[in-house]
Amino acid sequence: MTDSKYFTTTKKGEIFELKAELNSDKKEKKKEAVKKVIASMTVGKDVSALFPDVVNCMQTDNLELKKLVYLYLMNYAKSQPDMAIMAVNTFVKDCEDPNPLIRALAVRTMGCIRVDKITEYLCEPLRKCLKDEDPYVRKTAAVCVAKLHDINAQLVEDQGFLDTLKDLISDSNPMVVANAVAALSEIAESHPSSNLLDLNPQSINKLLTALNECTEWGQIFILDCLANYMPKDDREAQSICERVTPRLSHANSAVVLSAVKVLMKFMEMLSKDLDYYGTLLKKLAPPLVTLLSAEPELQYVALRNINLIVQKRPEILKHEMKVFFVKYNDPIYVKLEKLDIMIRLASQANIAQVLAELKEYATEVDVDFVRKAVRAIGRCAIKVEQSAERCVSTLLDLIQTKVNYVVQEAIVVIKDIFRKYPNKYESVIATLCENLDSLDEPEARAAMIWIVGEYAERIDNADELLESFLEGFHDESTQVQLQLLTAIVKLFLKKPTETQELVQQVLSLATQDSDNPDLRDRGYIYWRLLSTDPVAAKEVVLAEKPLISEETDLIEPTLLDELICYIGTLASVYHKPPSAFVEGSRGVVHKSLPPRTGSSESAESPDTAPSGGPAADQPSVIPTQGDLLGDLLNLDLGPPVSGPPMATSTVQMGAVDLLGDSLMGGSGGSFTPAPSTTAPTNVGAPLGSGLGDLFDLTGGVGTLSGSYVAPKTVWLPAMKAKGLEISGTFSRQVGSISMDLVLTNKALQVMSDFAIQFNRNSFGLAPAAPLQVHAPLAPNQSVEISLPLNTVGSVMKMEPLNNLQVAVKNNIDVFYFSTLYPLHILFVEDGKMERQMFLATWKDMPNENETQFQIKDCSLNADAVSSKLQGSNIFTIAKRNVEGQDMLYQSLKLTNGIWVLAELRIQPSNPSFTLSLKCRAPEVSQYIYQAYETILKN
Amino acid sequence: MIHSLFLINCSGDIFLEKHWKSVVSQSVCDYFFEAQEKAIDVENVPPVISTPHHYLISIYRDKIFFVSVIQTEVPPLFVIEFLHRVADTFQDYFGECSETAIKDNVVIVYELLEEMLDNGFPLATESNILKELIKPPTILRSVVNSITGSSNVGDTLPTGQLSNIPWRRAGVKYTNNEAYFDVIEEIDAIIDKSGSTVFAEIQGVIDSCIKLSGMPDLSLSFMNPRLLDDVSFHPCIRFKRWESERVLSFIPPDGNFRLISYRVSSQNLVAIPVYVKHMISFKENTSSGRFDVTIGPKQNMGKTVEGVVMTVHMPKAVLNMNLTATQGSYTFDPVTKVLTWDVGKITPQKLPNLKGIVNLQSGAPKPEENPSLNIQFKIQQLAISGEWGILHEIGAGRTSWCRK
Repeated sequence: MTDSKYFTTTKKGEIFELKAELNSDKKEKKKEAVKKVIASMTVGKDVSALFPDVVNCMQTDNLELKKLVYLYLMNYAKSQPDMAIMAVNTFVKDCEDPNPLIRALAVRTMGCIRVDKITEYLCEPLRKCLKDEDPYVRKTAAVCVAKLHDINAQLVEDQGFLDTLKDLISDSNPMVVANAVAALSEIAESHPSSNLLDLNPQSINKLLTALNECTEWGQIFILDCLANYMPKDDREAQSICERVTPRLSHANSAVVLSAVKVLMKFMEMLSKDLDYYGTLLKKLAPPLVTLLSAEPELQYVALRNINLIVQKRPEILKHEMKVFFVKYNDPIYVKLEKLDIMIRLASQANIAQVLAELKEYATEVDVDFVRKAVRAIGRCAIKVEQSAERCVSTLLDLIQTKVNYVVQEAIVVIKDIFRKYPNKYESVIATLCENLDSLDEPEARAAMIWIVGEYAERIDNADELLESFLEGFHDESTQVQLQLLTAIVKLFLKKPTETQELVQQVLSLATQDSDNPDLRDRGYIYWRLLSTDPVAAKEVVLAEKPLISEETDLIEPTLLDELICYIGTLASVYHKPPSAFVEGSRGVVHKSLPPRTGSSESAESPDTAPSGGPAADQPSVIPTQGDLLGDLLNLDLGPPVSGPPMATSTVQMGAVDLLGDSLMGGSGGSFTPAPSTTAPTNVGAPLGSGLGDLFDLTGGVGTLSGSYVAPKTVWLPAMKAKGLEISGTFSRQVGSISMDLVLTNKALQVMSDFAIQFNRNSFGLAPAAPLQVHAPLAPNQSVEISLPLNTVGSVMKMEPLNNLQVAVKNNIDVFYFSTLYPLHILFVEDGKMERQMFLATWKDMPNENETQFQIKDCSLNADAVSSKLQGSNIFTIAKRNVEGQDMLYQSLKLTNGIWVLAELRIQPSNPSFTLSLKCRAPEVSQYIYQAYETILKN
Repeated sequence: MIHSLFLINCSGDIFLEKHWKSVVSQSVCDYFFEAQEKAIDVENVPPVISTPHHYLISIYRDKIFFVSVIQTEVPPLFVIEFLHRVADTFQDYFGECSETAIKDNVVIVYELLEEMLDNGFPLATESNILKELIKPPTILRSVVNSITGSSNVGDTLPTGQLSNIPWRRAGVKYTNNEAYFDVIEEIDAIIDKSGSTVFAEIQGVIDSCIKLSGMPDLSLSFMNPRLLDDVSFHPCIRFKRWESERVLSFIPPDGNFRLISYRVSSQNLVAIPVYVKHMISFKENTSSGRFDVTIGPKQNMGKTVEGVVMTVHMPKAVLNMNLTATQGSYTFDPVTKVLTWDVGKITPQKLPNLKGIVNLQSGAPKPEENPSLNIQFKIQQLAISGEWGILHEIGAGRTSWCRK
């Protein structure tokens, strides 16, 4: 009585027979028939022809039959959309069933039927189920939203299901919370910009509570979601870590690894001096080791991740070397990974053990593994200097075995050891030369030839050896040919008398008889060098080589940091960021580790740590009307103020800077205040000094939001730059200016080695950091970069004033373009002038410095205008109402210390504003006006 | 999340497929077959394979490949763990996880898979809950079902599904209340030629079989909890109490489950209960060699060492082996070059010995490799780490005992 009987009907009229059985009156027979249909389906047989008959069986009280029919529907509804509609009524009815199991089943199945017409009917029942009294139904419905989103994203948004789903994060039942998180994560993954999972301390708290109570799978979803959160300070990070740590003891290894991810990420924020930091490090090691006792597949994934962790924080596992020793019955993929980690953990303390192990491995059976083991010995020699001698002698022992592939690998690594420790182990060359004949792999031959060429003066028969290689020159691979060419040239330079013939022979072979352009080019270069200037040739060919280091096989730090954020995911298995391999261009968000707070920087000025919400109080902007009126009337009577205000002292700027940095999460470059000495005289140098203390510091940090950012425009079209298109804009956020670039590769070849440089400009704008494009840019790919700028570059007045000439270099060429930057990126945060000072300065400046502009078609009211401008660091000092007109008095300061004072007249009925600007350097006024206009009109 | 699942047998036939989202064509498995071919040995198939549009994550259990198809970035461990859970569930339901068992119960398998995963998200994976939703097949039930026409699908919502203790169902009743704990410890050790231990650790698990009525609350304490380097708990264990008092306190699931697994590593000096005397040598230019291995017990509190099996991967140059065993039987596979010696029980008075001549390929150079000897054995009633638990039970009011 087993199900295998369902597979046995292979007669011709199978479908016909099933049809008859499905339409039978007997319930039992019907069920058996449906089972047969399902059985056929499981092996991929097409039974879609039975669709109407199976659907007819749906109306039943028998739950098993119902489930079976549902299974069938999910598989075949797509191929029979019209027929599938027949099922809708039953679904809708089932969604009202008193039994929660049936309600959930119905909504679950409906979500799996990927037919547009059905999804329309799904909305109402789904809405009800999302608010169902039974948590089982709610949690099923949460997943259903994700299903529906996959089929019809617009529908889900229109129906407001996303909001309902967000509400479910605060559900009382942890299972519902977990499923809602899972569904939201999945939706967010396909819409990275949607910001669905905006986490705040409250929601984090709810998630952490649910974490303790939900199922293991739910814990994985919640932990992965937590890992995306950016705690606001180290205390919060620590408290999250404390609550996540118990997950390390979970039996499910995926939970453990997700917990490790959260801890590794948040640990970044903890200060290393903290006791808790040390405790956490200790707690991380045992679970990681335990992962290695699981099934080999789990071990493999765990090892790939441990490889990353060991590179990021070697201290965690430094005492656990032995657990990575290879067991003879490990699958090969586990063995290779273990070997890699062993080398990373090798240090002076454990090198003896490691070498003994590696030597054993080198006599194993599996060729791939043996090769890697031999290579590992070489890497140990390079990594741990004290062990180099032992490694070399181990390698020599291995060469004595004469096992072909062992010898070849050994020679390849000995070449590297020579590079690392020149003039130390050359005594072994004789032994190496004995094995010349057995080398048949290009890499080993090339390595050997390199050694012979490099040490030609110590090898008596170097010319004979190289000559023997030369015989079969054309059959060699390119790698060997190139190496041979170079080696013989080296030999010639060292022993010119005996080898003239040889070098001529190789040069003619390389240049005349070869069709490989690389080889030919190299041959010609050598030829010309030798024929024109042998001394120069010697300098070039026998130049001192830089030492190699073990870092060559490490993952690049920025990539490593990104990969740490992806622990436990596919990215960590491939050691590539998801953007490099995830299907489609669904704009994967780059993740980065949180910055370490509590570092020396904020330790110096603890007050600036963002401990309690907005850092500084907003100064009261608007004085009472009478006051100001009086002041204005008394302008002439007021006490004369000597000199205009001056750039603030560096101490104050430093404070602003620190604050800005910590609030920004340290992602931008730090903003350096322009020292007054660099202020260009031709733009109008500020006069006087010593008034900095009058300056209202708090006003400077009042606004924390960034200033207005114009949409990106194309600066450099692809056709002008061999396929590289650059578009961009400028932005200013809490004290740092940045240039936001999008580089798009529209050519057919990969672009790399990007660099950027600015020409001298009016305000000394210069890149604060090199242009960082981590991976080569593949064709049709684009990359977004935010380049931090500072204003300490050299200054030259440009025409127009805000003109910026930029040079961008890549592996193809250097390209130039120029762009105009909006002046408001130069408005500093402390550009708020004290009221008294404003009046005095206004009065002090000659009238010819005043310029008037009209800002047309602006419908904002005075308050909106002033708040909008404040966002871009134009500060309203006072506002008053004169005859129905609003007058705004404003000040701003440029990075080079130039103050600009403004009076903005707004008439309620008139959409045109009148802007009067007064400045000691009237040249800038026009550009300030442009800035006003862009800010107000956007 | 998990898109589809294919079950593939050793000969490369896809004998079951299940899709949780849209249907993925079987042809995606071709990439898997390609990797399988490359790996030669079935165990060496890499667990994660990338294809142009999908990722295949697979496990190999009981001669079946469980191949899952993934389309987005998911934690691979999550998938692997889940696949093992699927295999465990099959084992639990059908007594074995084999192709025949799955084919014989294909409808239940399908129902189970549907219940375990929804849209790629795990739904119910606890055996207790699954058994309430879909009753495991028994001969009696199938007879009853065929007469009464009732089904083996539960029609009420499982009680445990949403409670705070999802692993236990309510209303459990037994006439004989009993609880068994099996402590199983495995030593994993690498010992070098001279007999000194390179690396040794103990992997221990406590498997429990709890048949207690109601909602029993148990606690279990250790003689020396400090010995344990790392522990992984079943979700039922209260972590806080373990942290503060080093006591395992829990409301157990009903039936068989793994309570904890733990690791004791070499720092705590793991004593290896057997020793091996070996003499393997190959003579230069004679195309033969000698092989002589003796296995003996070390002091282990008077317990006998049983089920001893030795496997040796001989060097490739070995053609044949001519050996005599004082005890048990040996086989040598000339293709894979694996020597297997089934020793059985070791009696300290007469130590088992295997010796004889090794024939090498003529003309082949003297093999340099040192074959590694892999020895498996069992000792009943002995916990190497010296862990003994004491069990208290609250609620059921009966004494229970530990079994080792």
